[in-house]
Amino acid sequence: MSEKWSLHIEVQRQKGKEQPHFDRFDLEISPEATVLDAVEMIWAFKDRSLCFGHACHHSTCGACGMRVNGVEKLTCITLISEVTQNGGTLRLQPLRNLPVISDLVVDLTPLYHRMAEVKHPSVHPVEENEGVASQQIAQAGKSNNPYTRLADCIECGLCISVCPAAMTSPAYIGPAVLAGAQLAVVMDEHVCAIVDTQNGVWRCHSAYECSEVCPSHVQPAQRIMQLRRHLLSQRIRRFFGLQSLHQRKQ
Amino acid sequence: MNRIFQKPGNAIQWFDPRGRQLGYLAFILNRITGMGLALYLLLHLIMLGKLAQGPQAYNSFIETVHHPVFIFGELLVIFAALIHGLNGLRIILTSFGIGVEKHKPLFTVLMIAALVSGVYFAARMIAR
Repeated sequence: MSEKWSLHIEVQRQKGKEQPHFDRFDLEISPEATVLDAVEMIWAFKDRSLCFGHACHHSTCGACGMRVNGVEKLTCITLISEVTQNGGTLRLQPLRNLPVISDLVVDLTPLYHRMAEVKHPSVHPVEENEGVASQQIAQAGKSNNPYTRLADCIECGLCISVCPAAMTSPAYIGPAVLAGAQLAVVMDEHVCAIVDTQNGVWRCHSAYECSEVCPSHVQPAQRIMQLRRHLLSQRIRRFFGLQSLHQRKQ
Repeated sequence: MNRIFQKPGNAIQWFDPRGRQLGYLAFILNRITGMGLALYLLLHLIMLGKLAQGPQAYNSFIETVHHPVFIFGELLVIFAALIHGLNGLRIILTSFGIGVEKHKPLFTVLMIAALVSGVYFAARMIAR
């Protein structure tokens, strides 16, 4: 028989306009279960009114992002044993900096809209260091038919929740969108106009925490810095009356 | 099920280091030192305002700031300036795309430099 841990799980609840509060549930669960399993058990056996997002259970859909003991996690891939101990407490809260729809569910619509606005590509060319033999990639590139791959970002919103800049201004377009723009920016000047603003790439405060919590290793912070470098070089080129990189490509 | 009437905090969240990594700690440190330096600037301007009240008022104020508490405060200002300045240098470099992948070791090295320089200044001040 598998080992069971006794846990106290505190879940932040909020329905409609009521004040947020925590409900506490006691649960017996395997340490090898995921946090999402625990939430589903609470829903199944303790409280059917609990709202939470979930779909794929294997870190592809990005629906089950929550704060687990204050840290942003994709709960379908976070084991109980990674975040607490036998007899311990798990505190589950919805993501920050996004409107709460109900309990643990937040509204990610602004993220989806902004991703579309910056033309975040769902596929992009494979780079030479991405696991496929570089010779093959080079040959594919020459034949004008480069290998493509699905973009890493699963639009889970963890990076927005952890970002201190997103905490200060809801107008900030956020790490995921800027990382998405970084993939598109070399192709499109329109995207530059969106991200080269006070609420775009220049609001980032270089905390790098978005890269730490990203479950897909998108490295939004590093992409934001690359984007800054790109935009700065564009500005310098414009200042000296040189052709922009976009114009040169056309 | 037990209901806990506890309002989740929000104002303090900017400065909550629990579960965060080095980059976020650098962010917190920059905010704290920045606010400290802004406060010092205000006090400094008030002190300079004493000049307008004549040499006697200024000299008596200078006598007061020789108290060890004020010297400790000056040391804090030096440490804050070193931490804020060197951390700012890291942000400038990474914002130009330099050392982005190495931002953590860069922060560690710069903070060691801040500590060493701060201790040097402290030793000189105490020896005075």
